[in-house]
Amino acid sequence: MAIEFTPFLVSLRLSFTVTALVMAVAMPVAYRLAFSRSRWKFIAESVLTLPLVMPPTVLGFYMLLAFSRNSPPGRIFSDTLGLPLVFSFSGIVAVSCIYSFPFALQPLKAGFESLDRAIIEASYTLGKSKLETFVSVVLPNIRPSLVTAVAMCFAHTMGEFGAILMIGGNIPGVTRVASIAVYDKVEQLDYFPAHVYSVLLLALGISVLMVVHHVNRRRGERHDTY
Amino acid sequence: MIHINVAKKLRGARGPFTLAVNAALPGKNIIALHGASGSGKTTLLRMIAGLMKPDEGEIIVDGEAWFDAKRRINRPPQERRIGFVFQEYSLFPNMTVRENLAYAANGDTNVGELLELVELGKLADCYPYTLSGGQKQRVALARAIARGPKILLLDEPFNSLDPAMKEKLQDEIMRLHRHNPITTLLVSHDISEIRRLSSHVITIEPGTTSFFSTYPIVARA
Repeated sequence: MAIEFTPFLVSLRLSFTVTALVMAVAMPVAYRLAFSRSRWKFIAESVLTLPLVMPPTVLGFYMLLAFSRNSPPGRIFSDTLGLPLVFSFSGIVAVSCIYSFPFALQPLKAGFESLDRAIIEASYTLGKSKLETFVSVVLPNIRPSLVTAVAMCFAHTMGEFGAILMIGGNIPGVTRVASIAVYDKVEQLDYFPAHVYSVLLLALGISVLMVVHHVNRRRGERHDTY
Repeated sequence: MIHINVAKKLRGARGPFTLAVNAALPGKNIIALHGASGSGKTTLLRMIAGLMKPDEGEIIVDGEAWFDAKRRINRPPQERRIGFVFQEYSLFPNMTVRENLAYAANGDTNVGELLELVELGKLADCYPYTLSGGQKQRVALARAIARGPKILLLDEPFNSLDPAMKEKLQDEIMRLHRHNPITTLLVSHDISEIRRLSSHVITIEPGTTSFFSTYPIVARA
């Protein structure tokens, strides 16, 4: 019996898209948070890390209400922007971005916080702009955090289930990602494809974690040596 | 000529005080900045560099206002043409010695010449974490002068070095200064170091207001 691999392709497409979007936003946000001395910083941190503790179905439920075609924001997205957020690929991208955001934010913030501020100032005194300093000095010196953030965001999106099911449903080739396909096959008592999907997801998860720990081990060896 | 007339409220170990500095630094000299720890020496350096904003006053370098509270001028560090050697060297860990200097250099600086000048040619492709304290300090110094700064700010540059290395680097700074006399402000606690290197001293006295003076050193050790 042939195994349908489309759910995996949907998952991969989702994870690549979400990781790119999340990293683009999380890098400047984490940088601001790491160096902010605002007394209100804790509020931003709490809101942005809320997905770590909130049931995915809760977010999915509220997004479903907010972006259905009966609501004004839903109509703006579907009619004006042509990006319907309910039962669509763009919808599961949106919900996964919110859900995976803290998984990228936390390692990036920790990386920026551990950075020696003086090397940033040294770059400024050498006439380098903030952007040039960020690209040439800041990012290369938090490379392990960068790898961790990308890997965790990617892996978490691959494994996301509840929020995607709530907002995207289970549309083959569109919103049926690998984790939902496992559920779908088990419900049909079709265990063989469920096994195949599960083993693939497990292998991917462990590979990502091994990359993360390998990179961080190498950082440990060089720690405090400069 | 560099005119500094700034004030900033600081919080010290013994309560708040105002760092008030009014000095004219003669160009192309090495001027020592001396005072008890916590008196605001590093703060003054950071204000000149543009890394910290004075509450009031002005900093005028060769007729250009780098900071002027009344005229609301506060140039960012990028527009001040300074060379800053930080206490902990602060080399870029992701770059080799040569890359550290090349990053700092502008178009007309020859990185190879600079490496030879501070005798770092053999270490050009090493990363900072493989260098000794003295070697890092020389890279930091070379990096600070790579851009042709108008003023060189050295924040206790010999603090964590052993006496032999200290002396060697002091010789090096004097040699570099003869080769290319840049107005240099050197933070130091060490009287013998001050006598050896500098032609003038600024003393910052701790207290509610820091007093201060510039005077030439009469006798050299």
